Amino acid sequence: MRVLIYNIFLIIISNQLFAQQTPATPQTGSILIQNAKLHVGDGAVIENALIGFENGKITLVGDARNIRIDKSIYTQIINAEGKEVYPGIIAPNTQIGLVEISAVRSSNDNREVGTFNPSIRSIIAYNTDSRVTPTIRSNGILLAEVVPQGGRIPGQSSIVELDGWNWEDAAYRTDMAIHLHWPRAFRRGGWWAAPGPITKNKDYDKQVQAITDFFAEAKAYSGTGVKNLKFEAMKGLFNGTKKLMIHCNHPTAIKEAVLFAKKHNIPPIIVGGRHAWRITDFLKEHNVPIILGATQDLPFSEDEDIDQPFKNATILEEAELLYAFSMNGAWQQRNLLFQAGQAVAFGLDYEDAIKGLTSNTAQILGIADKVGTITEGKDATLIIVKGDILDMRTSQVEKAFVRGKAIDLDNKQKALARKFRGKYQRQ
Amino acid sequence: MNKIFLGIAITILCISSNLIAQKTFPTNGVYDHRDKHFVFENATIYKSYNQKLENATLIIKNGKIVSIGSRLSIPKNAVVFDMKGKTIYPSFIEMYSNYGLPKPTAAGKRPERLPQMLSNKKGAYGWNEALRTEFSSDKVFKVNKEEAKKMRKLGFGTILTHQMNGMSRGTSALVNLGDDRENISLLKTKVAHHLSFSKGKSTQNYPSSLMGAIALFRQTYYDAQWYKNGGSKEERNLSLEAWNKLQELPQIFEVRDKLEILRAHKIAQEFNMRYIFKGSGDEYQRLDEIKATNAQFIIPVKFPEAFDVSDPYSTMMLELSDMKHWELAPSNPARLAKANIEFALTSHGLKNKETFLKNIKKAIKYGLSEEQALKAITYSPAKILKIESILGSLESGKLANFIITDGNIFEDKTTIYQNWINGKGYILQNFKDTPTTAVYNLSYGDKNTMLFIEGDPEKPNALIAPNVPSKDSLKKEVIYLLKKDLITLSFSPDSTGVVHLSGTKSNLGYKGEGTLPDGRWIKWSATPNRANPTIEKKEIKKEKKEIEQTGKVVYPFMAYGWEKRPQTETFLFKNATVWTNEKEGILEKADVLVKNSKIVQVGNNLSASGATEIDATGKHLTSGIIDEHAHIAISRGVNEGTQYSSAEVSIADVVNSEDINIYRQLAGGVTAAQLLHGSANPIGGQSGIVKFRWGATPEEMKIKDAAPFIKFALGENVKQVNWGDKYRIRFPQSRMGVEQVYDDHFTRAREYGNRKRSGKPYRKDLEMETLLEILEKKRFITCHSYVQSEINMLMKIAEKHGFTLNTFTHILEGYKVADKMQKHGAGGSTFSDWWAYKYEVIDAIPQNAAILNEQGVTVAINSDDAEMGRRLNQEAAKSVMYGGMSEEDAWKLVTLNPAILLHLDHRMGSIKVGKDADLVLWSDNPLSIYAKPEMTLVDGIKYFDREKDQKMRKDIQKERARLIQKMLQHKKKGGKTKPPSKKHHHLYHCDDLHDEIED
Repeated sequence: MRVLIYNIFLIIISNQLFAQQTPATPQTGSILIQNAKLHVGDGAVIENALIGFENGKITLVGDARNIRIDKSIYTQIINAEGKEVYPGIIAPNTQIGLVEISAVRSSNDNREVGTFNPSIRSIIAYNTDSRVTPTIRSNGILLAEVVPQGGRIPGQSSIVELDGWNWEDAAYRTDMAIHLHWPRAFRRGGWWAAPGPITKNKDYDKQVQAITDFFAEAKAYSGTGVKNLKFEAMKGLFNGTKKLMIHCNHPTAIKEAVLFAKKHNIPPIIVGGRHAWRITDFLKEHNVPIILGATQDLPFSEDEDIDQPFKNATILEEAELLYAFSMNGAWQQRNLLFQAGQAVAFGLDYEDAIKGLTSNTAQILGIADKVGTITEGKDATLIIVKGDILDMRTSQVEKAFVRGKAIDLDNKQKALARKFRGKYQRQ
Repeated sequence: MNKIFLGIAITILCISSNLIAQKTFPTNGVYDHRDKHFVFENATIYKSYNQKLENATLIIKNGKIVSIGSRLSIPKNAVVFDMKGKTIYPSFIEMYSNYGLPKPTAAGKRPERLPQMLSNKKGAYGWNEALRTEFSSDKVFKVNKEEAKKMRKLGFGTILTHQMNGMSRGTSALVNLGDDRENISLLKTKVAHHLSFSKGKSTQNYPSSLMGAIALFRQTYYDAQWYKNGGSKEERNLSLEAWNKLQELPQIFEVRDKLEILRAHKIAQEFNMRYIFKGSGDEYQRLDEIKATNAQFIIPVKFPEAFDVSDPYSTMMLELSDMKHWELAPSNPARLAKANIEFALTSHGLKNKETFLKNIKKAIKYGLSEEQALKAITYSPAKILKIESILGSLESGKLANFIITDGNIFEDKTTIYQNWINGKGYILQNFKDTPTTAVYNLSYGDKNTMLFIEGDPEKPNALIAPNVPSKDSLKKEVIYLLKKDLITLSFSPDSTGVVHLSGTKSNLGYKGEGTLPDGRWIKWSATPNRANPTIEKKEIKKEKKEIEQTGKVVYPFMAYGWEKRPQTETFLFKNATVWTNEKEGILEKADVLVKNSKIVQVGNNLSASGATEIDATGKHLTSGIIDEHAHIAISRGVNEGTQYSSAEVSIADVVNSEDINIYRQLAGGVTAAQLLHGSANPIGGQSGIVKFRWGATPEEMKIKDAAPFIKFALGENVKQVNWGDKYRIRFPQSRMGVEQVYDDHFTRAREYGNRKRSGKPYRKDLEMETLLEILEKKRFITCHSYVQSEINMLMKIAEKHGFTLNTFTHILEGYKVADKMQKHGAGGSTFSDWWAYKYEVIDAIPQNAAILNEQGVTVAINSDDAEMGRRLNQEAAKSVMYGGMSEEDAWKLVTLNPAILLHLDHRMGSIKVGKDADLVLWSDNPLSIYAKPEMTLVDGIKYFDREKDQKMRKDIQKERARLIQKMLQHKKKGGKTKPPSKKHHHLYHCDDLHDEIED
């Protein structure tokens, strides 16, 4: 009862404060979801599933038609009849918590000065109180990779849970990857006011050489002499504790980037990969995962198939490559689901699309041991949806749990809608 | 009568020529008048492009042609040249150049990156620096001897020159390409008035867009009329005075592409003008419309280079529009000629002018006749410039401007030897004697052998051999020198060494002395071999004159363009789920009949003879999506944000039919859109309201009787907060100032209207005319808006001035004032879920459309974005997801409601008998992310069909492969190539501020 009163109090407060959502309290009892259609996240579907979790971990996943359980041991039972359960969606390559209002400079903390900045850490600037984040997580996105921008190596990304009091609290895996923006094979001439044609990047070789030099020196660096924080940060790449995410689109550039990483025995991850579909054999041969840029995008040229970006994922899937869906930006992340939905409309298997938002992403980001599928022993980070989470026509995310914590799905926008609908009701 | 060996004669004439004419100039020395009386006989003469005289005579005197024809009596006191074997053509006329003019400079200095609102030009001139009407090229013309020499070498005799700077560039001068001083070279001043859509060196901000440039021209025509009719009493304006004076001259308008011809032609029609267009070489891509302008043209022979396609991953960026243009551009002149369009050819734009004739020959290979080619460089320029009385053909009384060649000018082996300008001869190359073969019996010392000489007498091939050699072996094995009557020979008869012979011409061949390899001196002689054995010659195969084959022209000229535009058909959709948007709601298993571009029947069990029946079982049929706010299909600038009001400009003037996004949007079920001006200023520009008729021209895309609209804008963009710190000068800088802009402009517009109605003379002001239409409820506003205060404000302004604000676009805080909007009668057109990209959208919510709808406001969802534009059905569905809207209502957000907002609901927006057949057949519930348009009709014409699209993709691949092969072949044969590149396709948004018409 006290908890209930406290919750009511919180709701009132949050409405008054324009819905600054309060982080959830740790899971106390045990919860059972029953009668749900479960999308496990690894391609499997259980039509009538039982999902139990306690202390933030999943303790039970079963098919109600096959197993009998003692429901009385659960403190809370959620009837999810007619509803779908998915693993919490993971958004890779985002600006969440770094960019609040992109046009307002004082609200942005996503970019540093310099070309090679591997020691820069995005987690430091991650703002748990962003008003944007609750609008993303109310669509079912519960984890995100927060990535710095700018320069050749903008720095290191971290994975956060989208619920937490401060960045330490939100951090799920810190400094997990160093991002490298591979030089563009082609670039636009002119300047912003008078754009020229897109031609071969004349500085490409020089720029690649600069990367080669930087990596060579970083590798040679032992740290016994004068300390260099940049090279210290690079160590993780060479000892396998950090991932290398290479932002790259052009087929030849992707190939060069991959071979470059391989030379250093670093398994590369390609981010963007607009033309990855053209070189699937190569990517398969080198076992390269891809964090695919937005599906809802325009074709690359007049001549390209009008639906090429829509079917890129399908081509990667057919080539048995590991890929995840992504899109740029912060507020835009709430549309991540629809990047996968669009791919389904153009040929991708539905459960494969869900994998591209959950288990594939977890695997690429190196957190698959804890999240990405609804499996016993993993974190109870999951969502209950009325309707199809990939389709805006029916999707309604009703409940979300982050490590068993029932998080507040309200947001500033819902509060504003309530406020003004309330105003009109009074009239 | 003195017959003189030509080469020598002309050298003399040139040297003495400095003394001629210039009667007003003092003589320094003995007065040396000469008549420059010359006769050219026995020549083949092109009297004009289509009149060839054989064995004819040309007589000139004092720089003019005296007579031309056969069997002319040769006057005394004339120098006669024998022109046997030579051909005389009129010299070419270059119509488009800046020869002899100084480099243009800006009128002043624009403070760095700060706005410049008015012209920097000092004096009683017009307000816009890009209009330099008062400029006369003749006043600054200086002979450029070096340049003149280059042009003479190409066969040009006369050149029209103007300073290529600005939108009105003043007048051009016609000058001869001789090396005499300006007093002689300058033939005619104020020949033509030159115009363009580029600002040139003007540093003034306005105009920054093509539509702004068009508006500026229109306003200037009106201002000039006003000035003539009494305005000059109110102010002196030297630019307008000049403008009025120049209207009788030929008006030469430079454009950047084929669509600009059509745009400029619209201005010409409005003001009863006729422009001569300096084209860009892509006229063949819209030939019918260009023909319909009935204009004359100056066409470049600059043809694009092939791309280097050796790297397959680099070729992926190439676009058919560029690749096809490479192939088809050389056929442009031929196609224009075939269409009976009058045109001159220009060397303007050629990086290397020496390729001028070569490129014309290329055009001939692509079907231009030689006669048409000659016409386009001689007669047509003269005719277009109205100078036929002095140039363009060789007739008595005309200028003695002609070239002398050794044959057909359009054949590769032909050489231009002389270029006569104003009766003065310039030698480009000395005449060559015709190549001959000679065989001599050569005896030197005790040896007897034969000497064979063949080819160009100045650099002959020679061989010493005992027997008649074959053609192949006749190489330079002999060092052979012939200088007038002297000859030297050196050769190695065997391995012992070299024989050197030196001698002079004798009655019979040559004779002289020489040394043998061992150093002994000997005598030698070469006498003609009486038998004259002929050297076997390899037969040179004559190149067949077949016209080069090219791919087809497609409309628009790019991938997915049509060879043949699709036509309206009779369609019967059977068993569809029909979203009527009418009180019938969603009909299951219904039939819809489309005929003559209209919906003619909706019901069950329909049948129609001759109809294409489409089984729509399990599919959904809806009316086409209408995008209330789009910026695709626009050329050169979406904003004219250089002034706080630009009501005079119109997107309708710059609709771009050649934008692939039209096709992509059809594939997303969009059939119509309002193409909006951007949001850089409180009073923006007029809209272009179009249907996506893919392949049509800009004019054909426009919805003819659509109600006129104008874009207004509020908030951050118009107060320039995101433009950088330098932009703090232009009014307004706050929402307070924005209100004043409106109140002030509508007050002025009302006063303008009063004066107009009073019958008193008034200056027609296009900006005020537009605003007056709003006050008179003939034009409607769609206003970019975000926060509630400004939305409220504009409704109050509208109420104060007696009209209704039609539509608030974006309107992200509309939900806060939905009741006020409903009361006022304003509609809203919003984004589904955009927010947090700038400060004024921090309170944007995805429930906005739903709340507005709940409060009875007509609300639409728009794109403002080329990518989002092709999935507006999904954007509508987000109101179901976030706002809890019903599916039927949500669907209206992108169909019926925008039709209502655009006053087009009487003919569009729902499936109702009598309405336009703008229909989309969907694979699924259209609000679902899984729904794909299978077919999109506009006016009953199938512009998109998913099956046909699959076929088109294959055709595109095939055509690309063919062109890549052709380019590879071209490179293999040694042709020039350039690295692959792709045009930049600008995707406009509201806040784009690029100056698109800077040089």
